[in-house]
Amino acid sequence: MKYLDEFRDPVIAKKILNEIHAATTQPWVIMEICGGQTHSIIRNGIDQVLPDEIELVHGPGCPVCVTPLEIIDRAIAIASRPDVIFTSFGDMLRVPGSHKDLFMVRSEGGDVRTVFSPLESLKIARENPEKEVVFFAVGFETTAPGNAMAVAQAAKEGLSNFSELVSHVLVPPAMEALLSSPANRVQGYLAAGHVCTVMGWDEYDPIAKKYQVPIVITGFEPMDVLDGILHTVKQLEAGTHEVENRYARIVEQGGNQPAQNLIKDVYEIANRKWRGIGEIPVSGFKIHSKYAAFDAELKFSVGDIHTEEPEACISGVILQGLKKPHDCPAFGKECTPQNPLGATMVSSEGACAAYYKYQRVLND
Amino acid sequence: MDFPEALSCPLPILSHDTVQLAHGAGGKLSNEMIDKIFLPRFLNNTLEKMEDQAILDNPGGRIAFSTDTFVVDPIFFPGGDIGDLAINGTVNDIAMSGAEPKYLSVGFILEEGLPFDTLHRIVLSMEKAAKLAGIQIVAGDTKVVNRGSCDKLFINTSGFGFVPDNVHISASNLIAGDKIILSGTLADHGMAVMTTREGLSFQSTVESDTAGLNHLVKDMLNVSPEIHAMRDPTRGGLATSLNEFAGSSNVGIQLYGDTIPVKENVRGACEILGIDPLYVANEGKLVAIVPEDIADDMLAAMKNNTHGKDAVIIGEVTDKHPGVVALKTGLGANRIVDMPVGEQLPRIC
Amino acid sequence: MCLAIPGKLLEIFDENGLKMGNIDFAGSVSKACLEYVPEIEIGHYTIVHAGFALSVLNEEEAKNSFDAWDDLIDRANAEGIEMEKLERPD
Repeated sequence: MKYLDEFRDPVIAKKILNEIHAATTQPWVIMEICGGQTHSIIRNGIDQVLPDEIELVHGPGCPVCVTPLEIIDRAIAIASRPDVIFTSFGDMLRVPGSHKDLFMVRSEGGDVRTVFSPLESLKIARENPEKEVVFFAVGFETTAPGNAMAVAQAAKEGLSNFSELVSHVLVPPAMEALLSSPANRVQGYLAAGHVCTVMGWDEYDPIAKKYQVPIVITGFEPMDVLDGILHTVKQLEAGTHEVENRYARIVEQGGNQPAQNLIKDVYEIANRKWRGIGEIPVSGFKIHSKYAAFDAELKFSVGDIHTEEPEACISGVILQGLKKPHDCPAFGKECTPQNPLGATMVSSEGACAAYYKYQRVLND
Repeated sequence: MDFPEALSCPLPILSHDTVQLAHGAGGKLSNEMIDKIFLPRFLNNTLEKMEDQAILDNPGGRIAFSTDTFVVDPIFFPGGDIGDLAINGTVNDIAMSGAEPKYLSVGFILEEGLPFDTLHRIVLSMEKAAKLAGIQIVAGDTKVVNRGSCDKLFINTSGFGFVPDNVHISASNLIAGDKIILSGTLADHGMAVMTTREGLSFQSTVESDTAGLNHLVKDMLNVSPEIHAMRDPTRGGLATSLNEFAGSSNVGIQLYGDTIPVKENVRGACEILGIDPLYVANEGKLVAIVPEDIADDMLAAMKNNTHGKDAVIIGEVTDKHPGVVALKTGLGANRIVDMPVGEQLPRIC
Repeated sequence: MCLAIPGKLLEIFDENGLKMGNIDFAGSVSKACLEYVPEIEIGHYTIVHAGFALSVLNEEEAKNSFDAWDDLIDRANAEGIEMEKLERPD
């Protein structure tokens, strides 16, 4: 596949890897923000072939993992209503709420459907005027343009039976929250390439300056990830802390303006809770008051939600990069992908699931 | 979609356009459906007798017996339909033992209101698949259920064949050094069905690989009866079959990452939906574990058969990491290929 | 997060007042919304996430990456390490 296979060539990847080895003289802790990068790192075994000095810490960039339990429980309550068709990306169906997941809602008779694009939810709303169609609008900045378009389009078409349950989070506030934590170990960031596709990188300059960390905008294919690591290491070794764009075929400094404009119109910045981390100020979106008619939280009063997080789960400290999945006593025992205690074991890019799937120790 | 067979063999004249509850009630309407839809397509000396059971000759030796039920949605998909899938599925399950599939029973559960035109098209495709496989349908049953009690139609097929005396294929036979041969590209069937489903906005060119593999198996056994293990990687994909092998034999499996073939358009669909072809269903592929010294001859014989033309050696059995399937990545790292959990869902992240 | 891969725009059409396109991913064709890439033309490669085209791929920048890697290979060859340059599809 053009513009994909070229970035997966093992020969050149090994060459970039050699350059990383040559450039590294001391230990560094680098966090890849995005779960898609975590997936690529584990799937290609990049962490196994890096110099011992480089520790990759897997960041919180996975909406499945950071969507708070309270919102999952709210989604489950709304999806259980007989008048509702609940639509979601496939990712969210297996995420455990306090007592069940969306798959179980479906088995109990709820109408829960997987969609690939939020526009498919609009189609379902058009075709089922007697039903309330709710879309579970989760994600980071990358997913926000599509989810915003669905609301704007519903308003334009007067589709009053469509609404969104929004749990949108933003990357830069989380990066800052992690850096300002007293326990922080992260010295450099691989920034999430597709988030920057939408938002550009102007937000990162102040963070790089204030915390003196290099931030390298990085893609997702093995050569992109290695290249991002190489340039982060080079900056760390040189003592610089610039924002560097290594995903220039996709990302421009200003990002995607039309997308940013519609996001600003449909959503407004809000404080958001992150599962396992807690509330981070101004770290997410909620539906703008002028689109309140499309806000599922306002439309459906589902009563007080009392959440119960499993005590054994340490996904919060794993998401902050303070511990690794195999440091958790429940990992691979009480907690497996078949029976996950926390969201990091559910998502295919959650750190725990990725470790379980690809990296239990091989007895070579 | 064109169905030339259906055009060349028009729907017989029936008293109703759609299946009624009475068609399953055992009276005149039942007989009309059997006489006009099923019998002309499945006819053979045994079925013709219309007894309550098929009485068959027993040549002695071991019998391989298998059953499978088909509920695929949609019932028509690019490259096949629930009918040929139901025949090929059981043919392949029997053939994976090295047996030659001989006889099948077919059970239909029909939803009230199913158009006879639809049923007829499916029966025609079953006839074609059975003829290609050289298997006889010797027993059958039909039930009709209330609208909503099943989705259009479900089909069960059971069948058996006779295992040659010198063939002993089992998931517990793997030994270190064996080679792993895959008969062709992965994920065609699963992605054909997934990209057809409503809601995914796909105009897919991906076609199901549904096919009977018994003739390919025969060609393989002609090279040598020493096949250690063999499966058709359907639900759960290749990763599931290999994990089952590794577990049953308590050996490790080492895959050579870049050798596993996937068609370009299938890979495109997998990439955009975030799905790993190792976990996707196939309906016309087999994976065989063979001793190293016969692997090359086996591969050559497979490549001479239509259903094995893309066959390739994808890995080997090792005494390292028993019970674990590992895949060597392009970077030289070794990652675990685990069993999948639940159905594969399109993902955005 | 944010699975998005590049595909080639085959055609542009209108659906419910939105600018949409069919995008080819190595033979599998998927519909995507083009509202956020007004500059796109047929034949361009674009990155698609959850049914939305988010950026037109900058082929000049992609070529810069390829050239940088070719330099890597040239240097490796100069050091006596045999490496072949990749054939890149047009």
